[in-house]
Amino acid sequence: MTTPVIELRNVTRRYDDGPPALHDTTLSIAPGEAVAILGPSGSGKSTLLNLIAGLDRPSSGTVTVDGVRVDRLNEAGSARYRRDTIGMVFQFFNLLDDLTVVDNVVLPARLSGTASGAAHRRAHQLLDALGVARHAAAYPGRLSGGERQRVAVARALINKPTLLLADEPTGALDTASGDDVKRLLNELHADGQTIVLVTHDLTLAESCATRTIRLVDGRVVADVTRDVAAGRTR
Amino acid sequence: MSATGRVVRSGVARRRVQTVVIGLATMIAVTASVLGGSLVVASSAPFDRAFAAQHGAHLTAQFDGAETTAERLSATARVAGVTAVAGPFSTVSGTPRDAAVDRELAPMTLVGRTASSGTIDELLLSQGRWVTGPGQIVVSADYPIGPSPLGTVLRFADLPGQPALTVVGVARSVTRTADAWVSPSDVAALTAPGATRGYQMLYRFADASTAAQLDRGRAAVTAVVGTEALAGTQSWLTVKEADERTTALFLPFLVAFGALGMVMSVLVVGNVVAGAVGTATRRIGILKAIGFTPAQVVRAYVAQALIPAAVGIAGGVVAGNLLAIPVLADADQLYDTSTAGVAWWVDAVVVGGAFGMVTLTAWAASLRAGRLRTVDAIAVGRTPRPGRGRSAARLTARLPLPRPMTLGLARPFARPARAAAMLAAVVFGTATVTFAVGVASSLNRVQIAKDHAAADVVIETLGPPRGPNPVPDVPRPLSADETTRITSAITASPGTEKYYSVATTEVAVAGTAGSARLYAFTGDASWGGYEMVSGRWITKPGEAAVATNFLTATRTRIGDTVVLADHGKAVPVRIVGEVFHPTNDMLVFTDAATFAATKPTLIAASFHIRLAGGADVTGYVTALNDALTPSGFTAQPGQSGGSSETIVLLNALAALLTLMLVAVAGMGVLNMVVLDTRERVGELGIHKALGMTPRQTVAMVVASVVVTGLAGGAVGAVAGVAMHRVVVPAMGHGAGITLPPAITDVYQPAGLLLLGLGGPLIAVVGALLPAGWAARTRTAVALRTE
Ligand SMILES: Nc1ncnc2c1ncn2[C@@H]1O[C@H](COP(=O)(O)OP(=O)(O)OP(=O)(O)O)[C@@H](O)[C@H]1O
Ligand SMILES: [Mg+2]
Repeated sequence: MTTPVIELRNVTRRYDDGPPALHDTTLSIAPGEAVAILGPSGSGKSTLLNLIAGLDRPSSGTVTVDGVRVDRLNEAGSARYRRDTIGMVFQFFNLLDDLTVVDNVVLPARLSGTASGAAHRRAHQLLDALGVARHAAAYPGRLSGGERQRVAVARALINKPTLLLADEPTGALDTASGDDVKRLLNELHADGQTIVLVTHDLTLAESCATRTIRLVDGRVVADVTRDVAAGRTR
Repeated sequence: MSATGRVVRSGVARRRVQTVVIGLATMIAVTASVLGGSLVVASSAPFDRAFAAQHGAHLTAQFDGAETTAERLSATARVAGVTAVAGPFSTVSGTPRDAAVDRELAPMTLVGRTASSGTIDELLLSQGRWVTGPGQIVVSADYPIGPSPLGTVLRFADLPGQPALTVVGVARSVTRTADAWVSPSDVAALTAPGATRGYQMLYRFADASTAAQLDRGRAAVTAVVGTEALAGTQSWLTVKEADERTTALFLPFLVAFGALGMVMSVLVVGNVVAGAVGTATRRIGILKAIGFTPAQVVRAYVAQALIPAAVGIAGGVVAGNLLAIPVLADADQLYDTSTAGVAWWVDAVVVGGAFGMVTLTAWAASLRAGRLRTVDAIAVGRTPRPGRGRSAARLTARLPLPRPMTLGLARPFARPARAAAMLAAVVFGTATVTFAVGVASSLNRVQIAKDHAAADVVIETLGPPRGPNPVPDVPRPLSADETTRITSAITASPGTEKYYSVATTEVAVAGTAGSARLYAFTGDASWGGYEMVSGRWITKPGEAAVATNFLTATRTRIGDTVVLADHGKAVPVRIVGEVFHPTNDMLVFTDAATFAATKPTLIAASFHIRLAGGADVTGYVTALNDALTPSGFTAQPGQSGGSSETIVLLNALAALLTLMLVAVAGMGVLNMVVLDTRERVGELGIHKALGMTPRQTVAMVVASVVVTGLAGGAVGAVAGVAMHRVVVPAMGHGAGITLPPAITDVYQPAGLLLLGLGGPLIAVVGALLPAGWAARTRTAVALRTE
């Protein structure tokens, strides 16, 4: 078996009060996998994703991504880790509304030191591929939800991240826009992109994921890897 | 452009409201600080600075030309301990007349000098130019000659040929070495036949900081020229003391204004910058999520604040230096100094301080936001923390008010941090303005109380010569006949409400070496501007009110009886009150009837008239003067309306500085509210989407600032009054003066209410700008604003 790209060991995340949001979770994800995290509301899906992204720290346990102990990084270290290793897509896009679409996309590339010309070329390629190139000079406030989410995906991919994380990427979208995003994720997976995806949407999980992890009350209750060939016969 | 640069640029260019707010706030704060700072600098030891700058003379000595020669005087330069001399200058005194109106002016000492500059006593020309030849004269800025001295022809009528000189300039000598300066050849022309000429020598000594050292210096000089040659001397310490006694009364007030301006500026800039960065928490969270390190976030936000601040600082320095011109001119006139604009280092300190302040607050606020867990930062604004302000929301919902208003009223409780910042802005602003208004009116009352100048109209019987045969300007008793003529003219004049007269004489105080000046009143003078520090005003013969210094010098207290002696006859009086009179004079105030038995020679009476409400002072004075013409006396408007030059200057200065503080404070509140409301546009969109009309939206926003504004206004007004109550007496104490209650109790309920409502009013205006915008914006656009 290949070395896992994500490895969680006995991870617990406890907020101030109540039961832990994530309870003694151990799991590993291999390169190239497309994993869908499913579960009812409040089951700890976003918490898990945030821990992987280094946006949050576990109360106990270890999180290792691409050989990096994410739980041990300081704020500056986790920022660098995110810009180099992670591409993240949020339910509510989280685009910077005072930057144009293309500037939003280019930003992470410029942060990690890519030359401006190269970054812009790649940004335009991505926007083109995602079908939002004509909005490149617009501000995000003018775009529809589906368009904004495609821009967010472009921004997540600009640094060719080892890992693409998406929290409810279709949650704020209508069916048609959701299908666009679905197709996009499928293509990315086909190209070998490792994807971890949080969703309520079973069809999204079925169409994009090779593996589904089900969380209930902060615990993994099911972890199913589908036959890769079967996944492709659809 | 780097990633940070790109973020900074968009942050500055696209967040226009915030950029403008930071720029404006820093601009007005820097303006206020430059003004306040230069006022504080101008008010710090004004005499000492002027003395150093103009190389003041430690000793001004007058010599008798009959007893010594210019050569012998020059030799005094080599006396041990003397470090510099100027002179000998020939001098003469005389009494000129204003040739144009043939009015006699005050007697003057003239000095013949070729140059205004010199190693000692450099004269500063405030108007016109220096004497270039015979027939010209430069008068001292203190010499009472009228509002426009240049061009006035002064004629010396008592001298043969009636020599005349034209005023070509007005100059200032820091130690008041002369009343006027002329070219040396004119001194001879102005010397009466047979009179000996005088000489003036100016000395600086190695040691001259105490009276004893100056006495030694004077002794060393007289040892060379002989005691009989020395006609008189004036020590710089005497001038300094007199000078500082006049400035002591208002100097602390002006320093308070200046300091307040600076403190307020720091608070406003801090609050606005912190508020601006504080509204960006979500944006900071997103930046961190895509890979900005905390250091990069801080750098971006410091730069984002510094760019508009730099523009504001530049504008503020220009505005501050321009506004400082009239302010420093006023201060110069008050202090008898000359300030060449704002000191460069004041500008430098203010600019440095402003940049430092902006950097520090932006740094601290963005560091705080940067340290927040990224997930929480992103969630800010999208999901208000649940639970907060629920009970407030339930309570306000029960109020019999329209729903939009109750929603607005509950808001401060849902966002306590934001409400606290706004509250702070209103409290500081209201407190400052309340305090400033109080200081301004205390300052005004001090000046009026000091002069005991509450009367509307005054008739001075000591003044320019009067009647058909002018008598010299010497104090003399008023005849009974003259008194009757004046009093009947006053009582016959329509508009007279009441009046009193006062006359003075010197009396001895039993048990003490010195004498006291007695003010004997005829009629009730309790309204005459005699403010009581403690005790009460005299009500019947046998009672006395005294100046503070009388109590100190005679070691008496209110309630004690002292014996005043007039021409050997003892008159016991009981001290009933301490009158505010901030000088070293020994003053006793009694009813004239107290001394009826001793029949003292009371001299130089004056009559003080209060007019019935609504009477026109100018018209009254004209009519009364017509009635007085046969007696030769003239009535003049009193100084209660603020006609004294000092009062006018101080009032103008206080008004300008209060205005500046109002502007700074108002700006602070306005900015806070504009920022806060602008940030809520998305939330307002939600309300509109739910069916709120534009008018309801505005009502909700206004309601949301009203509670905070009212609370802040109330707290601020109370705090301002408390600050005034503590600081003003402390300032008086620092100057060695006990201020009477009439000076410290300056607030009226109506005025306070107005001051307290100022804060909420500004808050509502500040909320209306963005609320109106939100109400007008199409809902879809408002909703999309992230
Ligand atoms: N910042 C926080 N403070 C306290 N509790 C939190 C915080 N964030 C999440 N929780 C709690 O942790 C639990 C898991 O939350 P999480 O957001 O991971 O759920 P989720 O599975 O993503 O739910 P959803 O599908 O609704 O997004 C929930 O009970 C939630 O209330
Ligand atoms: Mg979630």
